[in-house]
Amino acid sequence: MSGELQVTTYREALRAGLRDALLRDERVFLMGEDVGHYGGCFAVSRGLLAEFGSERIRDTPLAESGFVGAGIGAAMGGMRPVVEVMTCNFSLLALDQLVNNAATWLHMSGGQFPCPLVVRMATGGGKQLAAQHSHSFEGWFAHIPGLKILTPATLEDARGMLWTALQDPDPVLIFENQTLYPMEGSLAVDAGAVAISGARIHRGGADVTLITYGASLWKALAAASTLAEKGIDAEVIDLRSLRPLDDATILASVARTHRAVVVDEGWRSGGISAEIGMRIMESVFYQLDAPVARVCTAEVPIPYPKHLEEAALPQAVKIVETVERMMRHG
Amino acid sequence: MGTDLFPPPLPTRDHALVLLRQMLLIRHFEERCAELYTQQKIRGFLHLYTGEEAVAVGVMQALDPRDAVVSTYREHGHALARGIAPGAIMAEMFGRREGCSGGRGGSMHLFDAATRFYGGGAIVGGGLPVAVGLALADRMQGRPQVSCCFFGEGAAAEGEFHESMNLAQLWRLPVLFVCENNLYAMGSALSITESSADFTRKASGYGMAAGAVDGMDVLAVENSARAAVQAIRAGNGPFLLEARTYRFRAHSMFDPELYRSREEVEHWREHGPLITLTRRLREAGLFAEEDFQALTREVEAEVEQAVAFAEAGTWEPVEDLCRFVYSEVERA
Repeated sequence: MSGELQVTTYREALRAGLRDALLRDERVFLMGEDVGHYGGCFAVSRGLLAEFGSERIRDTPLAESGFVGAGIGAAMGGMRPVVEVMTCNFSLLALDQLVNNAATWLHMSGGQFPCPLVVRMATGGGKQLAAQHSHSFEGWFAHIPGLKILTPATLEDARGMLWTALQDPDPVLIFENQTLYPMEGSLAVDAGAVAISGARIHRGGADVTLITYGASLWKALAAASTLAEKGIDAEVIDLRSLRPLDDATILASVARTHRAVVVDEGWRSGGISAEIGMRIMESVFYQLDAPVARVCTAEVPIPYPKHLEEAALPQAVKIVETVERMMRHG
Repeated sequence: MGTDLFPPPLPTRDHALVLLRQMLLIRHFEERCAELYTQQKIRGFLHLYTGEEAVAVGVMQALDPRDAVVSTYREHGHALARGIAPGAIMAEMFGRREGCSGGRGGSMHLFDAATRFYGGGAIVGGGLPVAVGLALADRMQGRPQVSCCFFGEGAAAEGEFHESMNLAQLWRLPVLFVCENNLYAMGSALSITESSADFTRKASGYGMAAGAVDGMDVLAVENSARAAVQAIRAGNGPFLLEARTYRFRAHSMFDPELYRSREEVEHWREHGPLITLTRRLREAGLFAEEDFQALTREVEAEVEQAVAFAEAGTWEPVEDLCRFVYSEVERA
């Protein structure tokens, strides 16, 4: 890398990744609702129609099961589709295709039919869009063997995960937290593909491990700064991938700090936070100085008014409180 | 468009015997499966194609080896007519490693990359969007193939049917949709599940060309399918072919058939695909009873070979349980 940086946004980084993939591989095409003429619901694909044409920037009808299934067929037929589902709330209309087809065919066919499909979707709350546009289903999808689940939280990952996902022979679902699209920051001018396996320790620390992903990464980092002022040294792990989970990084960190808090924008019951907590119990229980704790979304459909939505979602202040409580009792 | 849009011409004797042999093979294969099920050699769900043979055999005549086929859970007939080895299909039903899906899928999930046979899907309507995508891939890569998608009339009540009709016609994709209308969605008659039972009109609602054919007449099915595939390859977009047929056996081996009368089944048996074809050939002087006997002996032997192949098959080692959840090909 040249080391030269440019100021950009998460949205622009995603677009740069898409554009790069479209330029590098003629089998790649983008398909979804309003990706072309509208420019993408979140403006990620703005300008790509003019550059690549309507065959490769393909507007679809409102038919999630239809066009996700078509993506599966196109992937098995030799193309490299990137299917955009406007938000993960709408992906529930395509669950049959994702769970019954994309995730099963390779195994069920004895290895004959791999499905190199990439699906991108917006996830998460925080924009007062109420209960049908604000949920986080990445943890749900991480339950399914056969799928890979990515949660880019940084500009580097927004820019670089797509190309690597397209090289993967199996279905990869990328969850983009919708509060991140306008996030601004510096990114290397020559930034490119990144590994899609492995968590990343975003901030080193000795007293407690905060395990998180997606937009919650930034809340966890804010909490870590506050905690530092209070003399508590928090390590922050960005999972990056919810399936597979990087057990080694999680367990090594917790074995070192002896405390773990999982921060998850999904609901607590049966969520990915429960899975992570249980893996910690299975492997490093005797190294814990305190019970594993969680900061998750309240068990309600995300409400519309700002104060209630903020109360429902994980926030830095809740993370700080949770860690302080843990330190007092640990 | 009406029934029997394309009146079937008489085939040559050789071709007629090919069609008859394939239908007989399916008939005997399925009857043997029923026996093997009662002997518990085949487990799980078993949906037999008996009575519907003319549809698979007729349609497959119109396809090239490079075309894709997407099928349903009642797909033994499609798989046999597509040319997957009977032994590999039977071994699959036995759950053996030598099965066409490595024993992973069983009766409802026959897969075969060599013949581009994309299942064997057990979610009604779930294969239609995939067929649309396969056709999209062919079109985008400039290949002249057709994707042929079989589904039952019950699937037309699913949203995925309508989404796929719209997408295929909107993008004028080379898909042959074959609606096997056997009048019952499991045990629910059309009259209690569909507001309109005219499937060609459903296609017309999307601007798609469509036709209905007597699914008990293999010559009519072949003729209709050939015309449809020719139109699709000529770039005229997708086509929906409704084949009016009937399954002679129960929905699956667990079905006591409370929803239809023996008389109804008998009526359809009298108009079955084997009877229909042999009558026509006999009238034309293309066929003698000895032909039927000789072909029957041949397919019986072939089915027994398939059973022997399946019996001799091996079990996948339990250590391989988690293979192919993800691909084993390393990234370049």
